[in-house]
Amino acid sequence: MADTMQFDLVSPERKLASVSAREVRIPGADGDLTAMPGHAALITTLRPGILTVVGPEGTAEYAVTGGFAEISPEGVTVLAERGLPKAELTTAIHAEMMAEARSVVEAAHPSVVDAASKMLADMEALGTHMSL
Amino acid sequence: MPSLKDLKNRITSVKNTRKITKAMQMVAAAKLRRAQEAAENARPFADRMTAVMSGLAASVGGSDSAPRLLAGTGSDQTHLLVVMTGERGLCGGFNANIAKLAKQRATELLAQGKTVKIMTVGKKGRDAMRRDFGQYFAAHVDLSEIKRIGYVNAQDIARDILNRFEAGEFDVATIFFSRFENVISQVPTAKQIIPATFEAGQATDTSAVYDYEPSEEAILADLLPRGVATALFAALLENNASFNGAQMSAMDSATRNAGDMIDKLTIEFNRSRQAVITNELIEIISGAEAL
Repeated sequence: MADTMQFDLVSPERKLASVSAREVRIPGADGDLTAMPGHAALITTLRPGILTVVGPEGTAEYAVTGGFAEISPEGVTVLAERGLPKAELTTAIHAEMMAEARSVVEAAHPSVVDAASKMLADMEALGTHMSL
Repeated sequence: MPSLKDLKNRITSVKNTRKITKAMQMVAAAKLRRAQEAAENARPFADRMTAVMSGLAASVGGSDSAPRLLAGTGSDQTHLLVVMTGERGLCGGFNANIAKLAKQRATELLAQGKTVKIMTVGKKGRDAMRRDFGQYFAAHVDLSEIKRIGYVNAQDIARDILNRFEAGEFDVATIFFSRFENVISQVPTAKQIIPATFEAGQATDTSAVYDYEPSEEAILADLLPRGVATALFAALLENNASFNGAQMSAMDSATRNAGDMIDKLTIEFNRSRQAVITNELIEIISGAEAL
């Protein structure tokens, strides 16, 4: 079995990363999961959280929100609505994201308000996790 | 017969115009390159998104639990037309072509007895649509302040549309934009975004191989709203590239026309200068003869 796989992180505006990885830790909607080469094909939605990529060249961490991950035995493709290297996620950016999530909750129609509040809660947890 | 002074003024003014159109052409060319790049960069996301969604839609689509964004409201009485145009003119038929297509569709729908609501993105589209369909206006999105279109802009528009959909304001949403073929050809296009449609052939057999977490329905319900934003974002980028392409070729022909005009005026100027000189000579000679 190959010990690395292809990892792609794609945002709507551009490709953020395309590297080979030994393992990828993904913040799935139902809980974190780690994908390694040869993982069973799986598609999962994301919650706001930290995505960790462990590769031959070291470890990279990204903060991602919204989207999904497509895992196949050969690689992982993560489509995130917003993704940026963890180091670049400052308190200001996080506050801005929180404010946006909050406004979505306020503007949301009753039928989707649950999803929006979950998004907000996850966003808050992400901040706590990073001690922002 | 205009005087020499008049001609000279006109030549100067056409020359100035040519300078401006030339500059605009070059600016549009630079912007076009950037717009094309942006559209290209956005493609992987949109492609994967569509592939996964169409795979899911194929497997969930038939069931009763299919989300309303996919299955529709069960009626097609009220149509929302989202007309996406540029904020500025001087770009040939770009804005007019999109508006024409949208007007055509609106007229058709009205003739069938459907209700039409119009939402415009971009000032030019609003102006064009308001003339004939002013009473159907639902909303307008102003992007004139935005220098660089980002995904957030598309998200804002998508959120507005989705909230209206959830509130039951319309059944079917169609976006009108211009697809960028190349610099000289931009094709006005209509695309239905709600309920979501997928072209045949886009569906991959992903559903057969993949496990889904949480579940196919849940993922689809999560992705469909994002799909709307992605479709809008793609349309905005295509539109932006088309706009700059159209402006570039419009300004190119304007520059050429100005050049022709200058040539014509210069010939006229030289002729009349010649005539004036001849006239003066005749006057001098006949004056001398009379002495």
